[in-house]
Parts: sequence; C-alpha cells; structure tokens
Amino acid sequence: MTSQPVRFYQVGSFAVGNRLFDKENRTVQSDPHRSNSLDSGHRACQGCGEALGARYALDAAMRATGGQLIAVNATGCLEVFSTPYPETSWRVAWLHSLFANAPAVATGVAAALKVKGMQDVRVVGQAGDGGTVDIGFGCLSGMFERNDDVLFICYDNEAYMNTGVQRSGATPPAARTATTEAVGAEPGNVFGQGKDLPRLAMAHGIDYVATATVADLHDLEAKVERAMQFHGARYLHILVPCPLGWGSAPNDTIRVARLAAESGIFPVFEAEHGEVTAVSPIRHREPVESYLSLQSRYAHLFGEHGRPDIVARIQAIADHNISTYGLLEEQAVGTGSNETSP
Amino acid sequence: MKELPFAITLEVGSSHANRTGSWRVERPVYVDRMPPCNNACPAGENIQRWLYEAESGDYETAWRQLADDNPFPAVMGRICYHPCETTCNRAQLNEAVGINSIERFLGDLAIERGWPLPRAGSDTGKRVLVVGGGPSGLSAAYHLRRLGHEVRLVDSAPELGGMMRYGIPAYRLPREVLVAEVERIIALGIHVELDHTVHDIESERRNGGFDAVFLAVGAQLARRVEIPAGDSSRILDAVSLLHRTAEHDPPLLGRRVAIYGGGDTAVDAARTARRLGATDAVIVYRRNRERMPAHGDQIEEAIEEGVTMRWLSTVSRFEGDHLVLEKMRLNDKGFPEPTGEFDELDADSLVLALGQDTDLSLLDEEPGITIEEGVIEVSPAMMAGGNGIFAGGDAVPSERTATVAIGHGKRAARGIGAYLAGQILVDPPCNELATFDHLNTWYYSDAPRTRRPELEQARRQSTFDEIFGGLTEDNALFEARRCLSCGNCFECDNCFGVCPDNAVIKLGGSARYEFDYDFCKGCGICAQECPCGAIDMVPERI
Ligand SMILES: Cc1ncc(C[n+]2csc(CCOP(=O)(O)OP(=O)(O)O)c2C)c(N)n1
Ligand code: SF4
Ligand SMILES: [Mg+2]
Repeated sequence: MTSQPVRFYQVGSFAVGNRLFDKENRTVQSDPHRSNSLDSGHRACQGCGEALGARYALDAAMRATGGQLIAVNATGCLEVFSTPYPETSWRVAWLHSLFANAPAVATGVAAALKVKGMQDVRVVGQAGDGGTVDIGFGCLSGMFERNDDVLFICYDNEAYMNTGVQRSGATPPAARTATTEAVGAEPGNVFGQGKDLPRLAMAHGIDYVATATVADLHDLEAKVERAMQFHGARYLHILVPCPLGWGSAPNDTIRVARLAAESGIFPVFEAEHGEVTAVSPIRHREPVESYLSLQSRYAHLFGEHGRPDIVARIQAIADHNISTYGLLEEQAVGTGSNETSP
Repeated sequence: MKELPFAITLEVGSSHANRTGSWRVERPVYVDRMPPCNNACPAGENIQRWLYEAESGDYETAWRQLADDNPFPAVMGRICYHPCETTCNRAQLNEAVGINSIERFLGDLAIERGWPLPRAGSDTGKRVLVVGGGPSGLSAAYHLRRLGHEVRLVDSAPELGGMMRYGIPAYRLPREVLVAEVERIIALGIHVELDHTVHDIESERRNGGFDAVFLAVGAQLARRVEIPAGDSSRILDAVSLLHRTAEHDPPLLGRRVAIYGGGDTAVDAARTARRLGATDAVIVYRRNRERMPAHGDQIEEAIEEGVTMRWLSTVSRFEGDHLVLEKMRLNDKGFPEPTGEFDELDADSLVLALGQDTDLSLLDEEPGITIEEGVIEVSPAMMAGGNGIFAGGDAVPSERTATVAIGHGKRAARGIGAYLAGQILVDPPCNELATFDHLNTWYYSDAPRTRRPELEQARRQSTFDEIFGGLTEDNALFEARRCLSCGNCFECDNCFGVCPDNAVIKLGGSARYEFDYDFCKGCGICAQECPCGAIDMVPERI
C-alpha cells in the first residue's frame, strides 16, 4: 500500500526493543527467550552495571554462537556475586580459576577445543578492570600476541570493587577511591597515568577491538556479533558503572554510562587490525560536569570548596577524545541511528 | 544421593533459590498516566491510544478507537481547534504531534473505505428526544443509540449539521465530508424530523411519550448593537452572512467590507467576504491581537489571505460610504476605554460579529430549570432539570466550539443512560497527568513535524475550495510515530532489557510486562529508563 517505506520508528533503535521492528532487527535482550546467561538471584548490588553488561554481552555471544560457548572468568565481583558455593547464576558453561590468569585459562580452553576438533565451540574470557589492565595484563598481552581464538571482555568499573574500591590502572584522574583519597592539592587519583587498554590492544594489531557501554544496547550487541565473526584474539572493553564504588544512585547506572559517552569522556568506537573503523557519534553533547556530578567519587570537585580547575582538566580530556575520535562528526558511522531499512 | 566430586559437599544449585526481592525497599509498579492530549480533548478522545494503533499501520483499529468517543473524525480533523496539540509534550522537544491531521487522515480513510460505526445497543425500550441536529445533538444521538435507547432527532433547519452546515465556511469543511459522517450516524436507526421547530418542550415530550430530552438548540441569534447609520448604509450580521453563503445565496456586500468583532465568527466572516469578492475585508476590534478571542491559526490564515485588522477601535457611526471609528486604549486591567479620538474607514457594508444568543423560548413553560446569562445551567451529567431534561452545546455555559459540543453530547448520553437506569453518573477516578518531566526523552528519535499541503494563495482568496489537503499514508504514519506515548506503555522493552536482575517478565502480544518481585531488588533503573513514564517507584511496606 505504501510507495515509500517509512524509515522512522518512534524510539528508533535507541530503546531495547521496538514492536514496530521486524524480528531480525530486534535486540537479543528484547527476546523473551534470550538465554539469560546470568540468571536471577545473583548477589550483585542494586543497579549493578557489571551484572547488566555481562548478561548483555554473553547473551549476544550465545546468540552469535548458537549456544556453543564457554566463558572463563577472572576473580572479581562478577565471579563472587554469581557463584557463592554451591550456587551459580550462570546458564553458560563457565569456569573460574584465579585473579591473574583468566586470559591464559581461556587460551588453554581454546587450545583444548582445537585438539578435540570442536572449533565450533567458542571461548570468551572475562574480567574486571583490575583483572584486565593490571594483574591479568601479562597473560592477556600474551593471548593477543599469540592471536589465540578468544574474545576477551573487560567489564570496566574503574577500580577494584570487590575488595572495597581500591584504585586500579583504569581508575580515572581525580576519582576518589579507598586508596586515592580526596585530600591534598591533587585530591583523588592522579592525572596522567593509568592504562588505555583498548589502545594497548590495538597496538597488538589483533583483528578486532571495540569499546561499548551498557547505555547503548544495540551497539554493544552488534560489537559482540562482529567480534564473533573473527577467529583469533579479540578484545571488547565495556564501561559498567558501579553504584557502590562511584557513589551514584542505583537507578542512574545507565544514565551515568550514557553521560560518559555523551560527554566524550568515554569514547565508543571499534577498530580492526589496529585501525579505528567506526565511532558512535555523540547525539546530544553534555559537559563533563553532568557526568561527574552524579557520582560522589567526584564530590570534592563541586560545591563550596569545589575545584573547577580540575573539572576543566577533565573537560580537556573529553574534548581531546572528541577531536581524536571525531565524535562530533556527521553521523556517518556508528550506531544509534533512528532509521533502519525495513 | 548422587555421588559428588572430590572435596565437594553440596550439590550445585541455581541462584534462583536466592530470592533477592527481599532486599528491596521500593518496588516498581506499572501505571497508566493521563496523556496531556487526552486531558485537553473536549470530546474526551483517547488520543494517545488511537495514535498507538495508527503507529503500527492498523488504521481501522485506530479509527474505531477514535470513533468510539467521537463519531466525526473527518470533520474534527478539519475544524477542531486541537487543544491537544497545544498541550502535547512533543512540543517541548521540537514540535507538537500533528494530531489533527492524523485524525483527518483516519476520518477520510474511513469514509473512503466505508467503515461503519459500532452498532446500536440492544433495545432498552426507552425513548429520548434530541432537539437540535448540530454537533452536540448528533453526538448525543450516536451515543444514545449505542446504549440501546430509541432516539428522535428534530431540527428546525432543512438539513442536519447545525453550525457545521450553516456556520463553518466550506473552505474549512467541505459539505460532502459532513454529510458522509452525519449519514453514518443516522444509519444507526435514528428517527429524524427536519423543518420542525419545537415551541414548547413539555407538550412535545408528552405527545411523543419520551423518557428524557436532550436540548442542543445552539446559539443562533446574532447579538446586535445600535449603530447610528445613514439610510444607504448596509449592516448585516455574520450569522446570516455565513448561513446564506452556505445556502449558495450570499448577500451583496460591496467591495469594501468591515467586520465588527474579534471571535472566530468574525474571522470566518472576513475570509468569506474576501472569497465573495471584497477587495478590502477589515476586522474592527476593540482590543488588541493578544486579547482577540479568535484562534491564532485562524487569524494567521486570514492575514495570509489579505484580511486586515483595525485593533483598538469601536464603530461609532456608519456615514454612507465610511465608518467612523473611535480609538480605544487598554486600561491596567486590560479593558478597552474610549480615547475620544476618531478615525475613518471606507466601507460599503458592515458585518456584525458580536456574539450569539440562544433562543430558549421553548423552555418558557418548564419549571425547575435555571437560565443564567441566557444559557441553561446544567449538572456535571448535563442535567438541566430534575425530570430528565438535559442540555449541551452552545446553549449551556462553555466555550462554544464544535468539539466541546460533541463532548457535551457524549456526556449527556451517559448522563441520560444513568438517569434512565435510576442511577447517578459517576466518573472513574482520573489518572495522574503525564507531564514532560515524567519522560526520558533521550530515547525518542528526533523527528520534525509533517506539514499538510496548503491550497495556494490565489485560489484561497477566490474560491471556497478546502484550504488544507490531507496527509499521505506515509506522512500520517510518520506523524503518528512522533507520538511519545506519554504515560502509557508502548512496549519498547526497555524495562525488560535494563533490569540487572531479570526481574521483568515480558508477557508478549500487547499484554505488556509484569515484575517478578521474587528477584526485583528495587534499583529503579526500569523506572528511570522508561521513555514514557509508565513505571512508578513506591515504598515497600516493611
Ligand atoms: C592474586 C590475588 N590478589 C588479590 C585478590 C583479591 N581480589 C579479589 S577480587 C579483587 C578485585 C577485583 O577487581 P576488578 O578486577 O576490577 O573486578 P571488580 O571486582 O571491580 O569487578 C581483588 C583485589 C585475589 N583474589 N587474588
Ligand atoms: S506526544 Fe503523543 S501522547 Fe504525548 S501529548 Fe503528544 S500526542 Fe499525546
Ligand atoms: Mg573493577
């Protein structure tokens, strides 16, 4: 009856689902029969971003592999809250060994599968930022360098949350943690250090590296899907706000993640063979203040004895990201479009 | 017992045994809030709901939902002043949803496809007399038939429609559209008697054996003022100008026409004068534009068509070929005061558009009815007297628009239904308003409004052809999808997706969702990320 297809769907692809989309364009999460890899009853805090990110990523990986998936987990919140003996929340084949060695164990699992001729079964390694950028980094770098057939996912909540919010190599400048207190001339974590793991992964020249947040589900799922098309080492870095460690309201988890991306403080992009191939453009640019002020780990930057100079330095980092990745360039690549071809 | 691996003492269990719902101090609940459009609709349409149906391209269901409240979608889609769009939350994002143009699209499609109105209800054996075949009377007749009452509809004019036929100019409402929608109502089995003037309501009621009466006699008497005028001066009123034009017998106006008044009728009269050949159509109004009661878009369209305005002026005299106008000023309270300064305006004729009164002589013998400032006092159920006399439309105190009249008709039908059943009409409690701050607008696509095609200027000034065209199906669908579904779940799956505890159950179809309180920890992400504000967090009673 229509001459031209209507390319507009009310919430477009921003929301989780859309009754106006045809089945193929819907997210895994909108499917009532999704695998729920991480089941109810887990002991993560209210509003845990890591629990959400893990279910998003593994459910997508389950769909991409037709359920032929083994997950290897490092020590950290995700492991602790999901598997207090003798319970488990995992509905995927799941393995935990140590804090430092998840990438190596994943390598081993992949090698075993190869020996057994079961290469249709795919392997995901996963860890928190501590397990990835600090203690697990040696193993991870080796896994990259050998190009082992593993997708490694870092759930980045920017500190060692499980042991009480200690600073990690991924903790951002000025953030207060148990080990970077908000005192002195440079309160909170120091500027200029820390590791940009997506960049380090790209430097290994591996097939696929991407970043994502729990605020853009379509994007996150598309990246897992894409990653599963490669055989070899792949890396996905997902920003997962932590209400407890960040001092944000439990109901703000997604909002905070969205503001991280919309302010430019967390660039969302993907790279293949060491080159950035796509970025998620910022839809409505926000100053970093909108992002920082929702989190009490930055409380010392605001109020009567606030530090606008430090906020300005953080803004400069965001601005730098925006120009480095071209986050404000016309909506050429990336996701979050309000259109789809029916 | 199954043999366990070395050093393992307990069997593996699922975390499902761990009811994390006990952590909760607040629980999410699904709510339906009142969308501002519905709240503003004088005809009580469930706009958000029919837009929802239209969004999926199911226009027939959308139209049925619409016609359930208002049997005139095609008429409304043309002449309603759409207060819904004024309050639409989308306006705060970019521009209001073009509700009125979608309504017209649905209305026109229904006529084209011949979709019938819902059938009459099963016979109650009660008889109702409806006096007046305008929007209010027709709406009441429609709703009364659906309740199963027998309806006799009488009107003193030769055709049905009231002001929709004899007042509103054809360039805003082509008559064939009106006829199609009126005929569809009459087809529900309404007994119509035209050219029949009711002089005494009591005897009319007794003779016909009616159990209740609905008075919707409108306001047809043009208000006049004494204006000193020379013999050759032509003064006439807007009601008869519009009426005669509608009957294809327009009066002679000359080339320079002054219209006295500031309401929608004055604007209709001025625009009609332009189409009848007037080179000058000048509206004389004693206040300024801000205080003009006519609707803004009507004023703008009139100005586009070359109608001009003399603000802050009253007509003192009509001297042969010109009017003498007195200049006014507004005092602190905004009332116009004479200044003693005068001005002239060349004019061949003067059209008075100073408001209309209701002829209520049919109630002269009727006890127990209160008439205040020329209109009938009514209860919330539109009841005028204790013995089953109801009234609505322009004959009762209200804003005088067709949409308000249609709303009155519906309300009165319900009031009459309750009365005939020996009950009192009670309204269900009203949901809390879905204000803009209830919405999480990040999720909505940015989408500009679709404009309807306008008739080009030259044709607008000389013909009575309809000015606005309809939307195409693509445009209508796009426009419907701009709706934010304020306060009412539209199944975007956000709550289902964003719960870190999988505590939302998707019921599927259009059955929406349910919370699994065994596992909901009460984090509130679902409520925060719901685009349309359909989830509330309420404290848990511990
Ligand atoms: C070798 C070793 N050192 C220290 C610990 C204690 N420990 C357990 S979890 C954890 C922090 C994990 O942080 P991260 O990897 O960022 O994950 P998160 O809990 O933040 O998700 C630490 C220090 C350990 N289990 N093993
Ligand atoms: S956006 Fe939709 S539901 Fe909200 S006020 Fe406008 S038309 Fe009504
Ligand atoms: Mg961490």
